[in-house]
Amino acid sequence: MQSIQGILEFVDQIFVNLSLWFSSLLANYLPDWGVTFIMMFATVLVLVIFGLASIIWINVFERKLLGRLQDRYGPNRFGPWGLLQCVADMIKLLTKEDITPSRADRLVYNLAAVVPVVATFLVLAVLPFGRGMVAADLNVGFLYIVAVGSLGTIGIFMGGWASHNKFALLSGVRAVAQMISYEIPMVLSVVGVLLLVGSLSMVSIVEAQGDWRLPFVVLQPLAFVIYFTAAVAEVNRSPFDLPEGESEIVAGYHIEYTGIKFAMFLLAEYINAFSICAIATTVFLGGWQGPILPSWAWFFIKAYTLYFVLIWLRGTLPRLRVDQLMNFAWKTLVPLALANLMLTALLAKLVPAHSLVGAVAYLLVNIVVIVCIALVKYPGWKRGKREVVLVPRSTAPQARGS
Amino acid sequence: MTMLKTETVTVNLGPQHPSTHGVFRMIVTLDGETIVGLEPVVGYLHRNHEKIGEKNNWIQNTPFTDRLDYISPMSNEFAYVLAVEKLAGIEPPERAKYIRIIMVELNRIINHMVAVGFLLNELGCFFTPMFYALRWREFLMDLYEMTAGSRMMPNYFWIGGVAADLPEGFLPECKELVAALPGFIDEYERLITDNEILQMRCRDVGILPPDVAVAYGCTGPLLRASGVPYDVRKAEPYSIYDRFDFDIVAGTVGDVLDRYLVRIAEMRQSVKIVEQALRDLPGGETATPKKKTFRPAEGDVYHRIEAPKGELGFYLVSDGSVNPYRYKIRSPSFVNLQALPYMCKGHKIADAVIILGSIDITLGEVDR
Amino acid sequence: MTARETFDRLAEKFPQFALAYVEGKDPAILVQGDNLVELAQQLRDEQEYDYCSSITSVDYPDHFEVVYHLYSWKKEGGPVILKVHADREDPKVPSVVSIWRGADWQEREVWDLMGIHFDGHPNLTRVLMWEGFEGHPLRKDFPGTEDEYAFG
Repeated sequence: MQSIQGILEFVDQIFVNLSLWFSSLLANYLPDWGVTFIMMFATVLVLVIFGLASIIWINVFERKLLGRLQDRYGPNRFGPWGLLQCVADMIKLLTKEDITPSRADRLVYNLAAVVPVVATFLVLAVLPFGRGMVAADLNVGFLYIVAVGSLGTIGIFMGGWASHNKFALLSGVRAVAQMISYEIPMVLSVVGVLLLVGSLSMVSIVEAQGDWRLPFVVLQPLAFVIYFTAAVAEVNRSPFDLPEGESEIVAGYHIEYTGIKFAMFLLAEYINAFSICAIATTVFLGGWQGPILPSWAWFFIKAYTLYFVLIWLRGTLPRLRVDQLMNFAWKTLVPLALANLMLTALLAKLVPAHSLVGAVAYLLVNIVVIVCIALVKYPGWKRGKREVVLVPRSTAPQARGS
Repeated sequence: MTMLKTETVTVNLGPQHPSTHGVFRMIVTLDGETIVGLEPVVGYLHRNHEKIGEKNNWIQNTPFTDRLDYISPMSNEFAYVLAVEKLAGIEPPERAKYIRIIMVELNRIINHMVAVGFLLNELGCFFTPMFYALRWREFLMDLYEMTAGSRMMPNYFWIGGVAADLPEGFLPECKELVAALPGFIDEYERLITDNEILQMRCRDVGILPPDVAVAYGCTGPLLRASGVPYDVRKAEPYSIYDRFDFDIVAGTVGDVLDRYLVRIAEMRQSVKIVEQALRDLPGGETATPKKKTFRPAEGDVYHRIEAPKGELGFYLVSDGSVNPYRYKIRSPSFVNLQALPYMCKGHKIADAVIILGSIDITLGEVDR
Repeated sequence: MTARETFDRLAEKFPQFALAYVEGKDPAILVQGDNLVELAQQLRDEQEYDYCSSITSVDYPDHFEVVYHLYSWKKEGGPVILKVHADREDPKVPSVVSIWRGADWQEREVWDLMGIHFDGHPNLTRVLMWEGFEGHPLRKDFPGTEDEYAFG
């Protein structure tokens, strides 16, 4: 029993121990500030490599899953079960000709490919991947995420403007409008959780869920749904992928990009999608907590389960139109998020913290709100089903006109 | 307060576009995201089909008509062959007539599957409904390959009958398919028709009032969805359509949703017709005996059928020689496309693409 | 109503027009170009032939001929076929766009491929060939062998 505990503990802390060993190795040769310096670089390097490497299995996962939803195999030629497909794609994209439109604004055009990637990797710095495995435990963790995540929008708009293409501009404009609108319900829904936790740091959010012994999705189900919906719109995934609405404006803001710059946009999109799943895991699903398996394994299981739901949405739902998108954000999500915030604030004062009674109270209030909304909206859902008229071909055939 | 001075932007939904069903260009004038003007430009696929038809002789034109509306080739051949038979006064044997009806109604199902699948693709479902529809289309194409040797350009109808009799495996497989198709259509409807986003995108988009539709000369599902129950199979029955019992499907409002529902319902009606034809299929020969050269009498004739896209008509003028003197195709997509600017005004650019998809054009037919 | 009856009724209504009855598999009514619009108006309003199905042009050795096939969506049965002759030198026929909106592109196609000018058409430009193309391809005297092709 002791030995099993010991093995689990070892596996759980394997990465933390590795980094401690490495820094102690360096301490033999370098002064303190040198060790800190090198460790910073090493951490950043590990994060960047992780981000880039995870593209390989995320991409294949997505394409195979979409294929299965569409009654076909996904890529299955390159590598066992098509696992190396992403490597083939990268080689293809790297060897493509790099075309720049002649009247494009060259500096902004080139920079626009880089900005979303930078924004995405910056977000990965504060996510706790396991117990004690966070690159930078900022005490303004969530605020940092919100601030830095918006940089991606600027990158998209730069790409749309600098391409000197009407479709790209149209898509850039749509992207800015969409991302700004959906930023608000995304943030507001998490503020409810922050009220329960009392701190902005991502690590303390996870630890607070340990104190409650329940993930926050039980206490704040409405906030979870609002956050997930708004976050899907934030990262331009289907059904909110208007900026790159393929069938209307043919790839939108990345219409004029080829080769490695196009690959950068794709990279940013996939890692963005993964980061919102990771943030949702941290804030609502209990982060790395879970029995038996190592903490980092639990984190990835939860994050990838949410990613599975994202892919499922992409393969199933049609796309919204831009005015319907805006209506949805401002008329539905923002009021709901505000209502959720008010109720959480009220209950936080009335109910003792970290107690089962409190948890049940939160859950009940949320369920009541959801049921009320459903009852109000239900008559609208039952609006007349459209039918076609069948005119029987039973009349005798006319004499043919001579 | 003074009004802001705004300008309209002219955007080219150009010949190369993933959603314009071929090389088709729309010059759209936008005010923000709202369309204020739309001008379709066609002719990118013009192959001067009619003049080449005058150079071919009457029999060579039959496979040539396959290339018009390449999604539903059997209907094109059917219309041409019926027009020539009317001109020459030839009556094909009974078995050939029934086989023709089976092929043409299966073609209607194929065409509507493509139309519906690609309409949903343009809505942004990322190919999933399209794959489901095309999966069943593959089974029907297998039937064509079994009978005619080719999936897409079958060249199966001859003047005076059909090219060859049905092979042995055809009847059991066709019966099985026809029994399974209504189940598939039900599954398709269950999956996507009641989807909230689809209803939001398609309701009241691209409304075409019935009097405008008739004035523009629209036919086919486009006209019937606007509420005008006009079907050439009923109005001027040709071949043996008066022996079958089927209903004409009409919509109520005339928007994109109605056209989608009309096509789904027409698929079910076609299945009914095929079932009846299979049940009543007589024996006998499949073609009248052929002469070496075919010279119909002098005169001109116009014959039209209800092709899946609308009314397909052939106007043929013969001067007694082996080549047609005038060979003109009245294609439904060309005439239906005139209604596009009317339907798109005031909608958003995303709607222009689905309205175009709901008219269901094929550039081979528009441009000939 | 058979084509003979339609012709008789029209001849009775418009005795001043020179209408002729053309026999054949599809009997037609031969109309002079100047009388076309009024006759068409009458057909659409009184007799409810409000669906203009097809406008065709044929190149005969001594004249051009434009053939109109008209149907009614309320009445089932055969069409009313109108034929208009135009001379070879300067073919002009009045346009029926004001009566049937669907004649718009069909008349443009006839102009494009056969060269018959329609007076009163709002936008008589080429629709199938490209702008700036010289000639009218479907005419019998348009070069038809490969060494005579004119590429615009």
